[in-house]
Amino acid sequence: MFPPREEFLRVLPILIFCGGGTLLMLLQPFLRSRTAFSLLALAGSLTAVVSVGCSAAHPGAAFYGLIGSDPASVFFEFLVGAVAFLVILGSASYLERESLAPAEFYALIFFAAAGMCVLASAREMLTAFIGLEMSSISSYILAGYRRESPKAAESALKYFLLGSFATAFFLYGIALLYGSTGTTVIAQMTPLAPGLLPKLGLALLLIGLSFKVAAAPFQLWTPDVYEGAPTPVTALFSAGPKAATFALLLRIFVEMPLAAGEWTRIFWILAVITMFAGNLGALLQTNVKRILAYSSIAHAGYILVAFAASNEIGVAAVLFYLLAYAAAKLGAFSVVAHLGGAGEKRIELDDFAGLAQRQPIAAAAFSLFLLSLLGIPVTAGFFGKFYIFKAALASHLIGLAVLLGVNSVIAAYYYLRLIIVMYMREPKEETAALPFPGAVTTVLALCALATVYFGLFPNHIIAFASNPRLFGH
Amino acid sequence: MVPAGYYLVLSAILFGLGIVAFVFKRNIITIFMSIELMLNAVNLAFVTFSQVLGKLDGQVFVLFVIVVAAAEAAVGLGIIILIARHRQSLNVERMDLMKF
Repeated sequence: MFPPREEFLRVLPILIFCGGGTLLMLLQPFLRSRTAFSLLALAGSLTAVVSVGCSAAHPGAAFYGLIGSDPASVFFEFLVGAVAFLVILGSASYLERESLAPAEFYALIFFAAAGMCVLASAREMLTAFIGLEMSSISSYILAGYRRESPKAAESALKYFLLGSFATAFFLYGIALLYGSTGTTVIAQMTPLAPGLLPKLGLALLLIGLSFKVAAAPFQLWTPDVYEGAPTPVTALFSAGPKAATFALLLRIFVEMPLAAGEWTRIFWILAVITMFAGNLGALLQTNVKRILAYSSIAHAGYILVAFAASNEIGVAAVLFYLLAYAAAKLGAFSVVAHLGGAGEKRIELDDFAGLAQRQPIAAAAFSLFLLSLLGIPVTAGFFGKFYIFKAALASHLIGLAVLLGVNSVIAAYYYLRLIIVMYMREPKEETAALPFPGAVTTVLALCALATVYFGLFPNHIIAFASNPRLFGH
Repeated sequence: MVPAGYYLVLSAILFGLGIVAFVFKRNIITIFMSIELMLNAVNLAFVTFSQVLGKLDGQVFVLFVIVVAAAEAAVGLGIIILIARHRQSLNVERMDLMKF
């Protein structure tokens, strides 16, 4: 029996991303113009973002309950779609500068985005696995897209080896859960018999997903991969897969009967070591891309604090935080991608000295994103941290809230150092300003707008994310 | 007939061997093979559980895992060739352009 029409509408963004990616690959031999590919990719990703409205209008399960549309999946599909759109918008000039082929690049971003959307809306483990792999395999290729650069090749290799290693853990976790519950549907996973097997399965699953969100002690690949990958791709990595994997984790820990309760302590430990690993690591770095990579480890730690809290405010905080974080990280990496110059040679801290005199607007935008990552009021990052604090305190995790505060102070050191370098330090040598092309300026403007808007009016998102029917059913 | 528990133990041993090889081996191809070993351990577990539970979906899962592993191998071997061209070496200890 062919599934009814509305089931296709429920997964429309995924279909558009898959179809768009395939179309780009098919057109590759016939079109020679970079602009044509960029416009096609932009149109495709914009259509996908708009089509999220269509999946929002048809909530419910699709394809025998394997996948579905509910407010949470709509939120994450929108986030992933917007991230893909902004990355594509910002990468056209980068691809031209580094003379990289556009068609495959955009197609891979489309496939990765499709995978992330699947991950965010999967209701069953096999589907989640396929989504995870769609996004991971595309990411491995994207990480090594600058084939001439030995660093990019090494980054792709590290990502590939550790990513597949993590996938094996994820799968073994699913196997044990399947064996002990007799099903792979997330919401139906209740143990058939008491015992260690389901817990072990869930723990392995958690290890696999911790790799993907870069939570310590499974974060070692992150700085190297982020440094070696082309910067627009780094922007995608830091915002997209992280959001989608956290979406799956949320779904597992909200819906799965097995996952209730006792996991708080595990998340407590994961959150603390992740925060410290990220922030202390960032203190020692002089490469701006690596600083931002370590900072994204730290942010995974902050989000895990909300998981440790495991209450309704925590769920809303995760959604809001991922949105705020994506806007700030995308903006920051877009600045670095452009200012890095040909071959990404100028991404050391010293290269940013005196940026405020050379390019005041770029320096101001970069500072805004850094302040949002730091969590200063009037930026979205502030409310993100605020709600995570609130969630931790609501669950009486005073110690964890204090450690979160300590970490924010450590983080202030390296974010503010970057800002001070841009505003106060004189450049060592005379460097020409690199004017931003219109498309990148648009990306920065949109990210800055989102950062400030959600920093002033967080209520819409929080109200949306506090919906008790966030996860279907 | 061999009890199902034996298969699960075998699968756990294979998975453990895969982890050990992943951590201690130095050649990238061998590391890649150890990942394949881990995936096949998972497949064995799925088939066993599917047999014990009397449900077919575990075996369907195995088919998907095989297909995804093939896709991963295609990409992975491509990346390994790229590395071999850059370095003329497949020793992971020499992959040290980026360090802490």
